[in-house]
Amino acid sequence: MGVLEPHSALVRVTHWVNALSFCALLVSGIAILLAHPRLYWGETGALGAPSLIDLPLPLLLKGQSGWGRSLHFLSAWACVIAGGAYLLAGVLSGHLRRELLPARGDWRRAAAHLRPRRPAADDDLEYNPAQRLAYFAVVILLVPAMIWTGLAMSPAVTSVAPFLVNVLGGQQSARTMHFAVACALVLFLAGHVAMVALSGFRVRMRGMITGRRALGAGGA
Amino acid sequence: MISRRRLITTGLTAVAGASGLAAAARLAAHYGLIPPDHGGLYGAGETLTYAAHRLLTLHQPLAREFDRSQISRVAPVNGGPPDGDDYQRLLRRNFAEWRLEVDGLVARPSSFSLAELQRLPRRSHITHQACEEGWSFIAEWTGVALSEILTRAGLNRRAKFVVLYPFDDFWDSIDLADALHPQTLVAYGMNGRELPAGHGAPVRLRVTRQLGYKSVKYLSRITAVETLADVGDGLGSGAPSAGYSWYAGI
Repeated sequence: MGVLEPHSALVRVTHWVNALSFCALLVSGIAILLAHPRLYWGETGALGAPSLIDLPLPLLLKGQSGWGRSLHFLSAWACVIAGGAYLLAGVLSGHLRRELLPARGDWRRAAAHLRPRRPAADDDLEYNPAQRLAYFAVVILLVPAMIWTGLAMSPAVTSVAPFLVNVLGGQQSARTMHFAVACALVLFLAGHVAMVALSGFRVRMRGMITGRRALGAGGA
Repeated sequence: MISRRRLITTGLTAVAGASGLAAAARLAAHYGLIPPDHGGLYGAGETLTYAAHRLLTLHQPLAREFDRSQISRVAPVNGGPPDGDDYQRLLRRNFAEWRLEVDGLVARPSSFSLAELQRLPRRSHITHQACEEGWSFIAEWTGVALSEILTRAGLNRRAKFVVLYPFDDFWDSIDLADALHPQTLVAYGMNGRELPAGHGAPVRLRVTRQLGYKSVKYLSRITAVETLADVGDGLGSGAPSAGYSWYAGI
């Protein structure tokens, strides 16, 4: 594994498009959820039918879900287009294989890496094992799961591909899983932002905005 | 420094991109892939979703159907039947004087009584309906295919949308892909009984591949049109001005 190249323009642009989209998806997702903050398992669920979880959130019947859904889909499209460009470029350039594909022993090394220790700005020139596992999980598992469970709620999409919802156990199960995976992504975001802050916020931000090496003095 | 070559390449790419977008927009308009609420802040998202769904469903697949054993015990409704005098009078007389008007771009503008609709070929399906709020239920719907009614009235080839006028304010419209879809019913029965008032008596639309609010209740008139631009506020239904999407295949 070579030294990590400066973040390419494509990685930087798609990173910030996705960061913005993620925030919009989160806010609009909450707006949609507040129209009916109950989760179910199976095909159906409604007030008067048994729920799986009653979220301790207010039920706002008077219309936050309209703009919520419009913003949700607009930002989902931005996320899918930017994410698709990132994936395509990542596969073609070998970035995904070199930097993201977990190496053998990463689990053990990641555990060691996560022991309380303040990472430094010039700590490593490549993604460390914990980063590799986390980024890999987000790109290969969580985001696709988000798209899948989202599509599984669409009656038009499932008329084309019924298995999308059938294998998940029903439309309401898909909705519940969409919520659960969203929670996992929020946890990732919290960890990601915390690590950036701990390892030198300004230097890391400069690296992702301008593409310059994240090293203070001796950088490339 | 930006080199001349870089400047030329970037310029050419931008021109190619812009003309590509313009060509895509013209093609999309020609093939009916642009929804009436394509403008505004969220228009790009609405258009991408609608166009993607229409391309994916060109072969008109059926929404999933279920077993009778899966019919939900609870089938809630949002709001009650219209409280206007005209509707209440019809309801009291069990819709004996009610007629469904069919007009617009049809060769034979016609109207159907409830009994006449019930004599047309009967179709049923057990399908899932989700409210935009997030809850859902499965029910059996019985009625006559909207395509059957449109064919009897002699739908004009120029027609591209069908506008649905109910007794309440929630008028809406659907494109021909949904209007002619075999599962799209003008439904007069639910779970083996006549359609309850709260679920849209005497008849409601049932569009199986969109959210519940597109399945217009308390129908009174169906109008075939070529464009939605001069219907109401031009956005295709009452939904967009209230903040909801015209297309709700999600």
